[in-house]
Amino acid sequence: MHELSIAMSIVDLACEEAEMRGAPGVDVVYLKLGPLSGVVKEALLFSYEIACQQTPLEGSKLLIEEVPIVVNCPVCRERRSVQSTQSLCCAICGTPTPEILEGRELMVTAMELRP
Amino acid sequence: MTLEPRLVEVRKNVLKQNDVLARALRERFREAGVLAISLVSSPGAGKTAFLERTLTLLHTRYKVAALVGDLATENDAARLARSQAPVQQIITGTVCHLEAAMVQNALDGWNLRDLDFLFIENVGNLVCPSSYDLGEDLRFVLLSVTEGEDKPLKYPTIFNSADVAIITKSDLAAAVEFDEVLTRRNIQAVRPGIQVLKLSAKTGAGMPDFLEFLERLHPRSHRAAAVAK
Ligand SMILES: [Zn+2]
Repeated sequence: MHELSIAMSIVDLACEEAEMRGAPGVDVVYLKLGPLSGVVKEALLFSYEIACQQTPLEGSKLLIEEVPIVVNCPVCRERRSVQSTQSLCCAICGTPTPEILEGRELMVTAMELRP
Repeated sequence: MTLEPRLVEVRKNVLKQNDVLARALRERFREAGVLAISLVSSPGAGKTAFLERTLTLLHTRYKVAALVGDLATENDAARLARSQAPVQQIITGTVCHLEAAMVQNALDGWNLRDLDFLFIENVGNLVCPSSYDLGEDLRFVLLSVTEGEDKPLKYPTIFNSADVAIITKSDLAAAVEFDEVLTRRNIQAVRPGIQVLKLSAKTGAGMPDFLEFLERLHPRSHRAAAVAK
């Protein structure tokens, strides 16, 4: 379980960004999470609360947007979604493809800063 | 005047520090002409036996070394040192994976130009290592015939992050009624196109093919260009 160390990285990143902008605190951190990031949403939410303790982020919320896997299908020659992480095939034509365009995200996209 | 919360755009990768270090390591490996290969597997997949055999066989013809991630309770490094290759232990304590900074620290003072192959044995774990780039050129995922054919479907992320899959303990395949066709199908489902090799570190079956495969991958090998991705 490495979600606590990931959560601590999120808190560090958010603290740094808030400080840079002169904000006294943070209300919300927005995170984009891909299914191939290797991070489990529930475990991360649980760890986040612990990681926030005694930091300027204490009491803040982590809002996670789970994004789908997008591949480049070599047959359709288009961006396509896949059936599941257990079957990396184009959802339209069924062709397997290793060419992943999106789905590994573990990214802080935005924050709501306390005034 | 009321003070509203201020929404700001950030767009930063949470593991950016790790990614920056990993990129620097990868560049260092490339400049030194060393092929860095990381190994990931479950605790019982025979990763250390496989690496010991590989180091022993390669040691006679190439300059090889290994970094070994050990939890506080383990000592795979001592076992690997029997291969005569330089082995550096990375004690991760309670941390269940290696990070790029640990690899960087372990390589402090090393002259990588002296090496042909560097193996990085991750902690036995099929979950956490998938999130961390170590700067390796290739990631090998190991799966033993005793682990069950559905392992790739249970841990798709780590299999997806790998470049090569190695089926280990092939000597036990018959005893456990290992279904190789199904296993290969499951591996391909989560990582289409991945190369799959099968071997036994115990009997040595499949090891010659594996060594030939490694030699072809090496940047200083004249055949490397055709195989490397
Ligand atoms: Zn398609």
